[in-house]
Amino acid sequence: MQVTQSSVGRKIIMAVTGAMLIAFICVHLLGNLSVFAGSAAINAYAQKLHSLGPVVWIFRLVMLGVFAIHIIFGIQLTIENKAATPDKNVQIKRLKTGFAAETMVVSGLVLLAFVVYHLLHFTVRVTNPEIYVPIEGGHGMVDVFVMVTQGFQQLFAVLLYVIGMGFLFLHVSHGFQSMFQTYGLSNDRTLPVMVNVSKLVGVVLLAGYASIPLLIILGIVR
Amino acid sequence: MKLKLHVWRQKGPNAPGKMETYDADHVSPDQSFLEMLDEVNEVLVKEGKDPIAFDHDCREGICGMCSQVINGVPHGGQDRTTVCQLHMRSFKDGDEIFIEPWKARAFPVIKDLAVDRGAYDRIIQAGGYTSCHTGGVSDGNAILIGKDAADYAMDAAECIGCGACAASCPNSSAMLFTSAKVAQLAVLPQGAVEAKRRVNAMLEEAQACGFGNCTNHYECQAACPKGINVKFIAKLNREYIKALLP
Amino acid sequence: MILDGKCPKGPIETSWDRHRFETKLVNPANKRKYKVLVVGTGLAGGAAAATLGELGYQVEAFCYQDSARRAHSIAAQGGINAAKNYPNDGDSIYRLFYDTIKGGDFRAREADVWRLAQVSNNIIDQCVAQGVPFARDYAGYLDNRSFGGAQVSRTFYARGQTGQQLLLGAYSALSRQVKAGTVKLYVRREMLDLVVVDGVARGITCRNLCTGEIESYWGDAVVLATGGYVNVFYLSTNAMGCSVTATWKAAKKGAFFANPCYTQIHPTCIPQTGEHQSKLTLMSESLRNDGRCWVPKKKEDCDKFPNDIAEEDRDYYLERKYPSFGNLAPRDIASRAAKEQCDDDRGVGPGKRGVYLDFSTAINRVGEDTIAERYGNLFEMYEKITDENGYKRPMRIYPAPHYSMGGLWVDYNCMSNVPGLFVLGEANFSVHGANRLGASALMQGLADGYFVIPYTIAGYLATVKPGAIKADHAEFKKSAEDVKAEINKMLSINGKKTPAQLHRELGKIMWNNVGMARSRESLNEALKVIPQIREEFWNNVKITGSGEEFNQQLENAGRLADFLEFGELLAKDALVREESCGGHFRTEHQYEDGEAKRDDENFCYVAAWEFKGAGKEPELHKEPLKFDNVHLAVRSYK
Repeated sequence: MQVTQSSVGRKIIMAVTGAMLIAFICVHLLGNLSVFAGSAAINAYAQKLHSLGPVVWIFRLVMLGVFAIHIIFGIQLTIENKAATPDKNVQIKRLKTGFAAETMVVSGLVLLAFVVYHLLHFTVRVTNPEIYVPIEGGHGMVDVFVMVTQGFQQLFAVLLYVIGMGFLFLHVSHGFQSMFQTYGLSNDRTLPVMVNVSKLVGVVLLAGYASIPLLIILGIVR
Repeated sequence: MKLKLHVWRQKGPNAPGKMETYDADHVSPDQSFLEMLDEVNEVLVKEGKDPIAFDHDCREGICGMCSQVINGVPHGGQDRTTVCQLHMRSFKDGDEIFIEPWKARAFPVIKDLAVDRGAYDRIIQAGGYTSCHTGGVSDGNAILIGKDAADYAMDAAECIGCGACAASCPNSSAMLFTSAKVAQLAVLPQGAVEAKRRVNAMLEEAQACGFGNCTNHYECQAACPKGINVKFIAKLNREYIKALLP
Repeated sequence: MILDGKCPKGPIETSWDRHRFETKLVNPANKRKYKVLVVGTGLAGGAAAATLGELGYQVEAFCYQDSARRAHSIAAQGGINAAKNYPNDGDSIYRLFYDTIKGGDFRAREADVWRLAQVSNNIIDQCVAQGVPFARDYAGYLDNRSFGGAQVSRTFYARGQTGQQLLLGAYSALSRQVKAGTVKLYVRREMLDLVVVDGVARGITCRNLCTGEIESYWGDAVVLATGGYVNVFYLSTNAMGCSVTATWKAAKKGAFFANPCYTQIHPTCIPQTGEHQSKLTLMSESLRNDGRCWVPKKKEDCDKFPNDIAEEDRDYYLERKYPSFGNLAPRDIASRAAKEQCDDDRGVGPGKRGVYLDFSTAINRVGEDTIAERYGNLFEMYEKITDENGYKRPMRIYPAPHYSMGGLWVDYNCMSNVPGLFVLGEANFSVHGANRLGASALMQGLADGYFVIPYTIAGYLATVKPGAIKADHAEFKKSAEDVKAEINKMLSINGKKTPAQLHRELGKIMWNNVGMARSRESLNEALKVIPQIREEFWNNVKITGSGEEFNQQLENAGRLADFLEFGELLAKDALVREESCGGHFRTEHQYEDGEAKRDDENFCYVAAWEFKGAGKEPELHKEPLKFDNVHLAVRSYK
């Protein structure tokens, strides 16, 4: 049976694409945190990326593909799993699993919606025309620092970002340890540790990403 | 003590089912859960009513025949305990107890609480064995097996094939069951010979039976009356990856 | 009639090898033309079906459970014997043979037992090859433990679940054949009749337990591996579904039932707690390796907390009575000793039917961890049932019916007196004599299934034309109609008592009058009461529902109906056997110290009973037993 049809094969595909997405999210966070170093730093970072030209586009397409695969297989597996349990017991008590694990497809779809919004907001730049200000001597490039700090003056946007990151926490807190199990790297000693590490990774990502809009709207970063 | 039971009643595989309520009025704490059900049935029979059908056999926690979801958990949720070993002392006077069958597409209901678990047999038939012939094998000590490997294999081999793993799984996945056999045989030199073929064949069969996919809820381990560890699922995944490699 | 076991003549050491050579073979191309029905999928049946399928026969296998993996062999805990002599402690095929003959109190056939001892070593190799995770030492070699009735360590084990692991080995071999298409598996089928045409076994009639359909299956040979009958005592360590039905139906079709009075009462079971009890739970006899049996010396101490009873006030009765075997005395002896203590009013626990099994000495010697590693699951199980921690206080145990040495009469080829009907494992009577030693049941089941029947069945099949009679024969139709008629008769009674109620009544009579100690009075009493219960059954049983559905009450009623006929035969056999031997203890026949008194002059024979109709006197046939290699002697474990 093809890997793309096998139960475990697709699980591994989910884990590999998941790992790539987490790696991207971590790198993206590190880049974003440069906003705290001030206007020059984040604009320099943006310019550096911009100067890579086609490489950025290739990278974007690859990530888009990875993202798409993760979503498509995620949905497909969920549909199969629902079909495997057509009737449920009247009483169901779960002993081990939690909200995060049971809502992976929901948190995943919310994240998809968030990413669409985020791209429109900061990448395609169509949602808030007033915040896209050209940078001085930047050959038409937008001042990213202004865009971000202005963008997060709106409570609505901040709320969306924080909520989005809440779902990222949920998704990663199950997904990260799940990945190790799927690669066959966990055992009875490491698994309980990884379950906690996984939550920690989720918290770090949540704290890192949510700190940007929150610190901006609170006026601590300006 | 007195108990109120809510029991799933279903005439046959295609008939609709529903919960019905029964009173168990003279329950002794020293009784096992199934002995309590026996008494309820005795009363039903004497009243000329259809007794509750439920699977059971050895009543000492090893055959894997008993299979009831009690208060939302297969086997009732007591650590490492099958229904037949669950005793009424773990309930209180006046408790309401929900008793239902395994629910999964791959386990169709036969009647009331009895389900068809032939799917687990088919998974084993797909490859849960070493292909050795009767007779003509080498001496039992010809191939040494380290104590660690033997113990690991035994941990996996304790599975009683009751179906609680799939019944407890939000996805109705049979991965714990499948992995226990894959892991047991993969770690032993006698079984390692055909490990690649085995893991693929058993996984394909599990899928064909209509079980769902494992998404690492680990609910199976918590419900397993033998405490089979999800590390065996990790082992199965490793075996699957090994089988992909040339 | 004097029966002939058809044992090979000449030196016993080569008897099986010569017999194998002299037995006819079926050539490989012809094997697939023969169909063999195997009823029961435990160690004997599962192993037989797998092996016969692999050899190329068309096999159809049947079990009443929902999967072949659930047969009650799975519950055997302690281990399996083999004469490997790995520990270098003086074991040999001859010693295993000798121990088994002696353990069986000289009531088994020498040649059968020799064969068992000889193939025991192959079994271990076979199971290892199947991936059975036997216990190993740190060097990677197979580990052994000692067991009751033996002075050598020859028992191989897989924690406390040896039966489970061996059964799963046989089940996996069977599954492989199912996949290969050589074996067709029919689960949730109960055999309700043997079809005999012109005196030859030709097939079976089954009830499909899901749909209630009555189904006919033909075969060129029928192999019964349907286990034992101790559920006749109602409370036993057997699974709820274990019954005498298959073998009794065969007996009613002419197969002789041998030595039904040889029942084994296992010494280490968890005592009964009350009337509601549906079964008794056994804990492996291996516990007696490290546990010491005792009761208080003084009656007034019986209600005290056991740890508060001083060492000098404890009576370690097995060590006192049997200094050389001590706590490892054979089962029948250990059980009777426990009963004696309780009869002496020194029993402990509810109803004072219990003795202590104490691990404190062993825990002090090797530590709790080692004990947990050896018996952890048994301690767990004990605590689940009794709510007591066996590490902290002595366990309470009491004997319970456990195994039946008797069974259908078979010759050396495992074939009954009905040609074409083979009987394996616990269902036959062959190797355990009047008492089975620990760790020998698994050995016999697998020996019969893997290494005996594949040879001996060929000798029979080579003499018959394949497929001569099929399921369209009139006998099959008649058999199906008889079965349906009996079911309808039971369903139509619509009386007042449930099958379980009547079974409990039968069990009480059997346990009190035909249990651990039997006397002429108690047996006559049983013979009077059993027909009364049977009479009541056929007039006052109540079964709800119909025959055309999943109906567990009907299943139980059918099994009980057979127990009610069979129980009478058991009591009759016990009455006729005017001696004490092994598991059969007649109070009239004992030495002054209470030990069993055998009568070799008059009873050194196999009693094979021919059924002549319910309520009619059965006919006794004898097969004299000859001991050329082990000299008849008083069995002493002192």
